[in-house]
Amino acid sequence: MTRQIKYNEAILEATDQAMELDPRIYLMGLGVPDPKGIFGTLDGLAKKYGPNRVMDMPTSENAMTGIGIGSAIGGMRPIMTHQRVDFFLLALDQLINNAAKWHYMFGGEMTAPIVIRLIIGRGWGQGPQHSQSLQSFFAHIPGLKVVMPSNPYDAKGLLLSAVEDNNPVVYLEHRWLHGVFGEVPKEMYRVPIGKAKIVRPGTDVTLVACSHMVLEAYRAAKWLEEDGVSVEIIDVRSVKPLDKETILTSLQKTGRLVVADPDWKFVGFSSEILAVGVEEGFSFLKCAPARIAYPDRLCPTSWALANHFYPTAKEIAFEVLKMMGKKVKAQIYFEEIMKQFSKESMDVPSKEFTGPF
Amino acid sequence: MTQLIAKDLSLEFFKEMLRIRMIEEAIANRYSEQKMRCPVHLSIGQEAVAVGVCKAVLHTDRLISNHRAHAHYLAKGGDLKKMMAEIYGKKTGCCLGRGGSMHLVDMSVGMMGSTPIVGGSIPVGVGLAFATFLKKESDITAIFFGEGSTEEGVFVESLNFAALKKLPVLFVCENNLYSVYSPLDVRQPKERDRIAIAKAHGIFTKGGFGNDVEEVYQVAQEAVDSIRSGNGPAYIEFETYRHREHCGPNFDNHIGYRTEEEFLSWEKKCPLKIHRNKLKGLSEKDFEDLRSEISHEIEEAIQFAEKSPFPSFDPDLENPYATNSL
Repeated sequence: MTRQIKYNEAILEATDQAMELDPRIYLMGLGVPDPKGIFGTLDGLAKKYGPNRVMDMPTSENAMTGIGIGSAIGGMRPIMTHQRVDFFLLALDQLINNAAKWHYMFGGEMTAPIVIRLIIGRGWGQGPQHSQSLQSFFAHIPGLKVVMPSNPYDAKGLLLSAVEDNNPVVYLEHRWLHGVFGEVPKEMYRVPIGKAKIVRPGTDVTLVACSHMVLEAYRAAKWLEEDGVSVEIIDVRSVKPLDKETILTSLQKTGRLVVADPDWKFVGFSSEILAVGVEEGFSFLKCAPARIAYPDRLCPTSWALANHFYPTAKEIAFEVLKMMGKKVKAQIYFEEIMKQFSKESMDVPSKEFTGPF
Repeated sequence: MTQLIAKDLSLEFFKEMLRIRMIEEAIANRYSEQKMRCPVHLSIGQEAVAVGVCKAVLHTDRLISNHRAHAHYLAKGGDLKKMMAEIYGKKTGCCLGRGGSMHLVDMSVGMMGSTPIVGGSIPVGVGLAFATFLKKESDITAIFFGEGSTEEGVFVESLNFAALKKLPVLFVCENNLYSVYSPLDVRQPKERDRIAIAKAHGIFTKGGFGNDVEEVYQVAQEAVDSIRSGNGPAYIEFETYRHREHCGPNFDNHIGYRTEEEFLSWEKKCPLKIHRNKLKGLSEKDFEDLRSEISHEIEEAIQFAEKSPFPSFDPDLENPYATNSL
């Protein structure tokens, strides 16, 4: 049997192997050598590679990102890590004005190969300032690449591709994926940036998802199978560049498009997928496409409210059944109603998680 | 530090620090019940800075803070029940359950909010003071931040503007030596003198030992006097130490980023111990009476939080926009 490891271990293995192979790679971020190794993704690397290659940093996100970019232009290959996406927002100036433009703006001579790992928080009261994903925000900028691995195999393969890429790559990892197991080969391999994957073949509906929503899409597809609906799930893996071909090929077959995105709906990644479906696959569409994404509100801290913020497999199944003109199963209604009046928190990825972050 | 502090005030210092300590310990003790489902950054060990500074400002002055805000909120007079309810995620919380422990607010006592993005509340505090300046009011805004925030560009940018406009801002830096697990020496050169950086803006500056509440109070009082005399902002800095982990209820000296010896040396310098030694009049019985009075208050607040309803979901209430009706 192939080896099974966790998502955070896959990131650790990729980082370690890349650093062994390429002495230009160094890590920086607040707490990268800390005893918890950024949720286990960098465990032991500080000891193995020393403080010059696994470097803690001042709490100066914008300057340090600029310094990382400068070092990348100067021939290094930095991987920067932030414990939450939200902390990185201070550095948008450097990312957008410098990293994304340096290569083009100066005539294509120089490159700024920096990888920026950002962790999306969720649950246990992360609240409005620790829970943002913002992939569409980053993907909006020409010059940036944005990847969102949903499983350990892609986590490793995409990170290795990212560090070898000559462009700035934003690598978004969802906190609830760190503990997910999956098959991961020991040797180095690359998952190409810009290539989606059909993770579950189907014939009735094309369900495009990314990051943690891929897991919810799986659950929904299993329920829907019992109802005789065959769902094809496409894990985009890269938000930018986007693999339109895989999406359109699937759409040609199914004629129905649904997007599940762990981010806000308004001007979001899900809007972009719909635009692709409508602009380039209009003749394939049998009905209006649908989206499952965050409502246009802030993520509240209290779990009692957060229960209503995050869409899950139920919402996906609901949309698909509606689209198929099928009666929504009583079970789904029941679970929806239960959710409305739930006394149970849904703010942890598993029962083992007992806080605080 | 020759100024004498009245006996009543000195006792008041102790009561407030003890109250904060006991509230934080109550949170720590109950955290494992899994009912406080949000990150908590406890103030245990850092009570003196909060109490000393808040005693030097007026009830009407303002305060803005960071992720470790419990002590600031409580010392400023924030409502305990509403804080507990907020941590429990309840409708009766100070942010209606939307914010949790890292976002505490009680405008009735000038507690204007707290946010966990490093350095993020510093310019907002300067802006609050700018508003009072524009409105020709005289309230001071105290901004609490950690030494990690002084590594942010926004810190110097905010100092510059506050000094430029001579705004009534009290910058309060709590140096607890760590940013999460990263010690000061991997983040700032040994020679970096934050007080000198502030001083270079031509403003009042002073440092002090953050675990001695009387010293904190006197430094803050001098700074406040300078601000009220129209000299513009002041920067004060205090060295202190958090006893528990960065985030959560436990001790974490075993995980390797700091030593047990260091912790023990700071525990000896615990602000409550230091101050109790200075208090002459407090008998063992007075102390026990005080503890039981505070315990009662805490128990009541926790009961309030536990019994309060969760916010019920209403899409209209979740609307993030303010209405435009007057």
